[in-house]
Amino acid sequence: MNMSTHPSLSSKFIEIQGVEQTFRTAKGVFPALKDVNLTIAKGEFVALIGHSGCGKSTLLNLIAGLTEPTSGALLCANKEIKGPGPERAVVFQNHSLLPWLTCEGNVHLAVERVFGAKESRQQLRARTDAALALVGLTHAGQKRPGEISGGMKQRVGIARALSMEPQVLLMDEPFGALDALTRARLQDELLDIVARTHSTVVMVTHDVDEAVLLSDRIVMLTNGPAATVGEVLRVDLPRPRSRVELAEDARYVNCRKAVIDFLHARQGHVEKAA
Amino acid sequence: MVSAVFHAPLDSQPDNVKTIADCALPVSGTAQKHLKTTSAQPPRRRVALARRFWSTVLPPLLGLALLVGLWALVAASTGGSIPTPHATWLQALEVFADPFYRNGPNDQGVGWNILASLQRVAVGFGLAALVGIPAGFVIGRFAFLARMFNPLISLLRPVSPLAWLPIGLLVFKGASPAAIWTIFICSIWPMVINTAAGVQRVPQDYLNVARVLQLSEWKVLTTILFPSVLPYMLTGVRLAVGTAWLVIVAAEMLTGGVGIGFWVWDEWNNLNVKNILIAIFVIGIVGLLLELALVKLATAFTFEEVKS
Repeated sequence: MNMSTHPSLSSKFIEIQGVEQTFRTAKGVFPALKDVNLTIAKGEFVALIGHSGCGKSTLLNLIAGLTEPTSGALLCANKEIKGPGPERAVVFQNHSLLPWLTCEGNVHLAVERVFGAKESRQQLRARTDAALALVGLTHAGQKRPGEISGGMKQRVGIARALSMEPQVLLMDEPFGALDALTRARLQDELLDIVARTHSTVVMVTHDVDEAVLLSDRIVMLTNGPAATVGEVLRVDLPRPRSRVELAEDARYVNCRKAVIDFLHARQGHVEKAA
Repeated sequence: MVSAVFHAPLDSQPDNVKTIADCALPVSGTAQKHLKTTSAQPPRRRVALARRFWSTVLPPLLGLALLVGLWALVAASTGGSIPTPHATWLQALEVFADPFYRNGPNDQGVGWNILASLQRVAVGFGLAALVGIPAGFVIGRFAFLARMFNPLISLLRPVSPLAWLPIGLLVFKGASPAAIWTIFICSIWPMVINTAAGVQRVPQDYLNVARVLQLSEWKVLTTILFPSVLPYMLTGVRLAVGTAWLVIVAAEMLTGGVGIGFWVWDEWNNLNVKNILIAIFVIGIVGLLLELALVKLATAFTFEEVKS
């Protein structure tokens, strides 16, 4: 058990207060999010789940600061989120590695930006190497993204995000584009890394098993337009978690059932109507 | 020679007959085993060579033969006003025997003429790159400037480069600067347009990375914008060089002096059609070499795009 299961220690690290987001489209104003309230504790792993198009990524982009809310406020460590910054690292859905840099170069770009001002060249190198080692890619450091597999690219993306020692790790369907086996391996790796680094993580996903396996809380969003938090499920499973043992655990099965129930029984038909 | 290479595998059957089934004959097991140990490799290699010859060397050779054949036909039917390929070839040998002679300003070797043209292209094109590429970056980066300059570019781009020549002559009061000006004005557009398009098409993901990392504008330019725009920019450069080489011949015909275009016009005045034909080939070959060099450069700097 680590501190991630004790969110009460500092229960308000990220605060989302009455956030509303609308987009101007050709057809008029589209309300994406409405009246979203959520607090996330330090060291907590939160999954945002919902049907596609419900605004999960929109909410994550708001926390990242890549977009600004139409109304409402977002705070991180009691400060208003005014724009993106390295303290809120993002693992993008499509990895977003720069293809002209090697894997090492991609990680080093982040390390240099965050620590370049106060650390020596050797220290920066050591940080880069450590980040690649964390995701098990020491051997691929000199390769370019075009030369490695999708799973490896995603791992480099995670290494880049972790190398910045962010206060929050924001992940936008990080494993969505991967095959099931690779996804399972990376989920296990992520569990392991988060246990070691005690990171605060907000992860967007549409995979129920992924959400239950990884998170402390699952935030379920209602269908858009004007999506909001429909239900929050606390996942009281002890850590470290093992996917093999959990598969038959009654609590795991119940959590899974609760999420599926929300997504398909209560929110399933709305999407068809929309 | 071709048929000898082609029939070689029939004499000694290698063991991967299936891959060369077109020219394979059934061979008994023992014979095959025997031959495999002795001479399986050389014929296989010869088959591969023969194939490569058929698929890559022969078609272009046939194309050239067709050109020369048509040329010979035209030469024969016009009764000598167009010289035959053979006569032109002999003349070419003579012209290229001493490409760098100088008998006064109007009689110089073909080498000097090519170099003079290339120099004008280099200067005009270099100036255009110096202005056009940064302009493209700025236009691509700032939507306001794009809206400001797009009508101008749309208006000026379709103008034939030669229409600018009188303006050049008027302003610069010299043939050579006017030719350079013409090259400049015609080769700047592809570079501006392609660079701007490249900047506008930098994937938003890369820019988001830059925003999350809060990279400085300079770092964004050097590590994200520039490498990402480079392939587009090089396409612009390639188009520009192609246009410049097209235009220089026409411009030099009008301005005179020294240069491959002037040479063509001079030989026309001398009614030396053989040299005109040689000039056409020289212009084509130099253009081809320029194009090849830039394609090579462009492929070296093209990276896999992020697929979302």
